[in-house]
Amino acid sequence: MTYLKSRRFIGAAFTAITMLSITRTITGNGDLTSTVTIAQALVFASPIALAGLAGIWAERAGVINIGLEGMMILGTFGAGWAGWQWGVWAGVLAGVIFGAIGGLLLAVAAVTFGVDQIIAGTAINLLALGLTKFLAILLFTNAPGGGQAQSPPIKGEIPTFTVESIVEPLTSLHEKGIFFISDLAGILAGLFYNLSLLTIITFLLFVMTSYLLWKTAFGLRLRSAGENPWAADSLGVKVVQFKYAAVVFSGMLAGLGGAYLSIASTIYRNGNTAGRGYIGLATMIFGDWRPGGTAAGALMFGYIDTLRLIDTGNQNVKGLILLGAIILFAIGGIMLRRARRNSAVGFLILGSVMIGAYFSATSFPPEVAQVAPYITTLLVLATASQNLRPPAADGVPYRKGDHH
Amino acid sequence: MNLRRIGTSLIAPAIGLFVSLAVTAVILVAIGASVSTVFSSMWNYGTSPRAMSLMLNLATIYFLSALAVSIGFKMNLFNIGVNGQYVLAALAAAVVASNLTLPKVASVSITIFVAMFVGAAWAGISAWLKVARGVSEVISTIMLNFIAIGIISYIIVRTPIGTETSLNIRGTKAIPETGMLRGIAFIDPGTQIYGFFFIAIFIGVAYWFLLNRTRFGFDLRATGKSATAARTSGVQSNRMIYVTMLLSGAVAGLVGLPYLLGDTGSYTLQFPTDWGFIGIAIALLGRNNPLGIALGAILWAFLDISSGQLVLEGVPREISTIMQGLIVIVVVISYEVVRRYQVKSEQTSVAKALAKQEASV
Repeated sequence: MTYLKSRRFIGAAFTAITMLSITRTITGNGDLTSTVTIAQALVFASPIALAGLAGIWAERAGVINIGLEGMMILGTFGAGWAGWQWGVWAGVLAGVIFGAIGGLLLAVAAVTFGVDQIIAGTAINLLALGLTKFLAILLFTNAPGGGQAQSPPIKGEIPTFTVESIVEPLTSLHEKGIFFISDLAGILAGLFYNLSLLTIITFLLFVMTSYLLWKTAFGLRLRSAGENPWAADSLGVKVVQFKYAAVVFSGMLAGLGGAYLSIASTIYRNGNTAGRGYIGLATMIFGDWRPGGTAAGALMFGYIDTLRLIDTGNQNVKGLILLGAIILFAIGGIMLRRARRNSAVGFLILGSVMIGAYFSATSFPPEVAQVAPYITTLLVLATASQNLRPPAADGVPYRKGDHH
Repeated sequence: MNLRRIGTSLIAPAIGLFVSLAVTAVILVAIGASVSTVFSSMWNYGTSPRAMSLMLNLATIYFLSALAVSIGFKMNLFNIGVNGQYVLAALAAAVVASNLTLPKVASVSITIFVAMFVGAAWAGISAWLKVARGVSEVISTIMLNFIAIGIISYIIVRTPIGTETSLNIRGTKAIPETGMLRGIAFIDPGTQIYGFFFIAIFIGVAYWFLLNRTRFGFDLRATGKSATAARTSGVQSNRMIYVTMLLSGAVAGLVGLPYLLGDTGSYTLQFPTDWGFIGIAIALLGRNNPLGIALGAILWAFLDISSGQLVLEGVPREISTIMQGLIVIVVVISYEVVRRYQVKSEQTSVAKALAKQEASV
């Protein structure tokens, strides 16, 4: 099983790098797989990944968490405020605690009172938005370096690591422009360049989640609360306690994601989350409620965001268009082999349209890249939703002793 | 019985209002502000003729948004995409209206039609994804919101449709006065009440009629209560999803129009983009009932407007957003508690009646 899994992972990585490499070779745009791009993509991807992971925890225990956005907002505020007062690690801690409070609120509303979970989550988003804006005006307006909508700078920095002995040779290998090898080198170097300790923690949290939820009795019980809480209860699982633990931990993870955002921009700013909680939710569904796929989804969002923001000559977006076309053709090919003709034709037509766009325009506006991740998510959901399997009792209010 | 039902349905909002006021008072004390000054300042300004006019205008927008959301809610469809639907619809309406040179009635009618059509079309994508591809509308509408914002910023920033408006923001070309639907000033002589205020009332009545007095409304509510039961009795659930989403989107398309045709006359980059989320909250408060939604919209707008003067008291106006958030969360919890209490009291009264019957046998 593990052998099969690692083979699948290597296969997926190999395919992804090959496609990136083809795109890089055709466009001649080294930025697509450069060390700096990959390092920055990790920074953009991590908060989204944490939100997605937060979603996994809540939904695996059967609680839909639309309130992720609000919990992230609370996290950005906690980090900005405590980070400014007592330094960056206090900020991380406060972000986690603030997120946990949001999670606790959702747990009280959704688990104890059985309120519709989407409704409770929406209410938390509203409340978090109002509360943070209110407190920001109150606490930051007269603080030196602060303002009505932003905190003073966070004190101190999270340590980052650059392994020179790996990065330097790999980066020079990247600059040689050899097919596949240079791209692999650039990507690997990016993993060891300006790597934040928070990113490492994010990665460890993913590993921990895969282990805890899928390899331990605790995880089995927690997931049983999301699949069939009535059966779990009859076997002696304390369903309500598990749901509480999962939702509060979900809030902590979302809060950490928010803290990551504030720390990355060195201040708390109103609206800094910009819907990343919702995006995290999308990556979770994209990843079939599992850590691996969720991380992949978050990396996609982070990568596209990076290319859009470091785009100097408007060439990166063009590269993305070609990459998208190549991916669509590849999926179309797979669909043809699996005899799913209608889907295959759809993908091949979309791919051709993008190829046409690539060759007809000299550059593309950044808005194309802005919407690309969302369109990709919709495409993935539209083609794969029959294969996705959410927890069976996801979103169903549970009351001990109720019949189902 | 009916009286009791009305009573219990009012208990939850009353608790919500009370708890939110109490918590707000605690917050105000904590930040060292005077509770009575703040509340009386909000009340005094909020009940002035000018504020009341502004409040009705804002409530019109919120009412339409909440109505759009609640059409979906009635069938257990979460249209979180009202945001995306109304911004795209407002942009399309602004573009069309600014190019029309027709008499007012014709121009405004066409603008309304365009807005409803665009809103419905954007919501239709989610309906198709749900019916044909099994994608949850919660997630597809969220994605479509982001996509709509991207499309709009592209159109306004990079195409000739966007020009510099008089306020130095990029936006669409101004709608001629014949295309506007300004309104009349009847509470405060200096402030017009949107013409859309009356259109919104009409739509509210139409919504009530459609849901409670037609076959379609019955099917829709039945599907919402139990999809399987409805299907067995011959309701085509896929068709219902399409019709409900399209209707919801069409009403959502109207959300931006009161402001566009009654105020700005141009869709700029500063056009508000979060009225859809407010609509969700108000639909919850009003329990998907048009009258309840109207009251919720007025309450929401009252808090928004009346907090405008709080800066003078040294209190951030965002205190109203906290109050709104608290009201929503406490009200939804109290609705659930009240419902549980009702179920329980019904069970005990039935049990009592049965016990009496048995005793008399």
